[in-house]
Amino acid sequence: MDFNFSDEQNMVRDGISRLVREQYDWDTRRGIIASDAGWSPEFWAQLAELGMLAAPFSEEDGGFGGGAIETMLIMEEFGKGLVVEPFIPSVVCAGGFLKHAGTAAQKEEYLSAIIAGEKVFAFAYAEPQGRYDLGNLTTTAKKDGEGFSLNGQKAVVIGAPWASHFVVTARTSGGQTDAGGVSVFIVAKDAAGVSLRDYATVDGRRASEVYFENVSVSADALVGELDGGLPLIETVVDEATAAVCAEATGAMQVTHAMTLEYAKQRKQFGVPISSFQVLQHRMVDMFMEYEQSISMSYLATIKLDEDAAARKHAVSSAKVRVGQSARFVGQSAVQTHGGMGVTDETAVGSYFKRLSIIESEFGSVDHHMRRHIRLTAAA
Amino acid sequence: MNLEFTAEENAFRDEVRSFIENNYPQNIERAAVQDDMSPEDMTAWHKILGKKGWSVPAWPEQYGGTGWTPTQRYIWSEENARVNAVMPLPFGVAMVAPVIYTFGNEEQKAKHLPGIRSGEVWWCQGYSEPGAGSDLASLKTTAVRDGDDYILNGQKTWTTLAQHADWGFFLCRTDPDAPKPQQGISFILVDMKTPGIEVRPIKLIDGGYEVNEVWLTDVRVPAENLIGEENKGWTYAKFLLAHERSGIAGVARSKRGVEQLKDIAKHEMLDGEPLIQDMGFATKISQLEIDLAALEITELRTLAGEQAGKGPGPESSLLKVKGTEIQQRLTELTLEAVGYYGTPDFRSFPADGSNDFPIGPDYAHSAAPTYFNMRKTSIYGGSNEIQRNIITKMVLGL
Repeated sequence: MDFNFSDEQNMVRDGISRLVREQYDWDTRRGIIASDAGWSPEFWAQLAELGMLAAPFSEEDGGFGGGAIETMLIMEEFGKGLVVEPFIPSVVCAGGFLKHAGTAAQKEEYLSAIIAGEKVFAFAYAEPQGRYDLGNLTTTAKKDGEGFSLNGQKAVVIGAPWASHFVVTARTSGGQTDAGGVSVFIVAKDAAGVSLRDYATVDGRRASEVYFENVSVSADALVGELDGGLPLIETVVDEATAAVCAEATGAMQVTHAMTLEYAKQRKQFGVPISSFQVLQHRMVDMFMEYEQSISMSYLATIKLDEDAAARKHAVSSAKVRVGQSARFVGQSAVQTHGGMGVTDETAVGSYFKRLSIIESEFGSVDHHMRRHIRLTAAA
Repeated sequence: MNLEFTAEENAFRDEVRSFIENNYPQNIERAAVQDDMSPEDMTAWHKILGKKGWSVPAWPEQYGGTGWTPTQRYIWSEENARVNAVMPLPFGVAMVAPVIYTFGNEEQKAKHLPGIRSGEVWWCQGYSEPGAGSDLASLKTTAVRDGDDYILNGQKTWTTLAQHADWGFFLCRTDPDAPKPQQGISFILVDMKTPGIEVRPIKLIDGGYEVNEVWLTDVRVPAENLIGEENKGWTYAKFLLAHERSGIAGVARSKRGVEQLKDIAKHEMLDGEPLIQDMGFATKISQLEIDLAALEITELRTLAGEQAGKGPGPESSLLKVKGTEIQQRLTELTLEAVGYYGTPDFRSFPADGSNDFPIGPDYAHSAAPTYFNMRKTSIYGGSNEIQRNIITKMVLGL
């Protein structure tokens, strides 16, 4: 039993922490999300240059021999700065698919470019009718000569406007909700028949509805097994879920600190409002929620490499706990800030919004609670 | 970072598990309400462990501690929870003993530590008073010096299991004129057989008698029973409170409780299906399991910190608050799970077990009393509101 990080891991964390503090302060972030692009390709290039996009990959794959713990440490720091750049879609998700199931040629072509920051991926998996069910798919990839023809719509694809490529989940056989018959493809954004409707998200990011119309996909764009992609998708989404849990803990830590600072400065009835026990206890509860979330983020991360049942159980436990804490911490922060909490002027509002969206990212509290129940019954 | 136990730790687990299996007294199970057990049953395991040298793992080795690491102590508590063992009561082992070996003199250590270790001497805690609960420092019981003795007068209350106690440790006011109430308090050991002590059991909402009023009328106590310095008792009391909270999360026991709850929910039926398959109830159980998992990792993180030499900080307050919330939730859900058969008062059943027909399933009998009883956990040991005040100071810096 060991909760310490290796020297290399501490270096990753310190490096990211410094970068976020120095180059991603509140005003800078405001500028980035208000820009036309909505993200900072320069910041992304810098992450690549510092090797941060390589942190969770093995040396054979062109990385530094790290894994889930490195991702956790990076996402925690990104959470503190509300970094919008697409580390989860491009590195954790697309990188994850390639790491687990990519062929040598796919890794050569895509993974090294992801690590170098030259290709940026988005993960097109959700569909309007599917809610959080990864296997509920109406997007189809039909056999077409040597390759496939892709048709369908993907919903709220985070980072799609910034992406050069997509990882797309599609049905290659079976009925709409069958566990079998699901496959994973890499599709270039500039492929004929791909169209996007871009928009901003409420938490400062950019996303798109992505449409595929008779998009021709070659056979070597298939990642993993034909028709057997669902377990792979579940693995990668669990890894992304653990990553977003880590991001939440970073955001919660800052939200809590910000709230405490505000309460010490804000005076009412002639005294700082931090002297009121009712607010003190609320801030203590925020602290306890944050600490429990840290524990669950660790648990999920540690269990990612265990068998599927243990992994799913831990990840769903974590997402339930973290989702509930994110709501409590975010709402309490706004409440304690009073009117200032609901203005667009203060950072706390942005943290609240990000925490609110994290609740549903990769499955809501209810979704993961149901998965936890099913897993417990099956055990 | 990993959650695995080392080979040595696993070997240790095997060793203690086999010792427990071979030595834990048959037929002694933790009762929901403590005074439903005989004093003999409550100390049986303590006495066996005393002979083995395992009754006081956390003490320094020179006084009989085992020298186990925090992780080993965690394994020890897990293994005991597996068999629902009746562990040594905390009043001697975990409360007064650390004060005695830290602040007491050599005579006091020699006189008291062996009896605490062996389980022969039963201790109780004389802290709370009718007017001094969370505001403990406002206590009024006095100790007035008279030659080589102190004369004690006053009333203590909520004194757990004092009806069986041989000795008690009491906080008494020795300087009523001290500028701050905390400064005039002394920590005094009292032989409970001393004339002038009257113990009156208090009937609680679960029907049992776990706590008592202790009335002190001109109780003459030798001055040599004073721990440390006169008027410094508050310091020792605070030290004790920090000790008391280690292990208070009760993770291992709550895990066992969750298993029992699931078992009940498999037997109880709703709409022709086991209750555990009802989405509403299953959600409550899963929430409990998830909260317990979070608490367990938080406790392990605290243990790891302790192992690395970090003293218990605000974590112990967090563990107390979250641990007791979960313990209480567990008993709430158990009472919910048993349905109507939570209603009969099992204390009204014939004591000789001569019911000629069973009244509901056995597991239902203790559900309500346990639920009632466990309300104490967020009140005792520094109420959960006081714990939040402590975190306010230590973490928020307010």
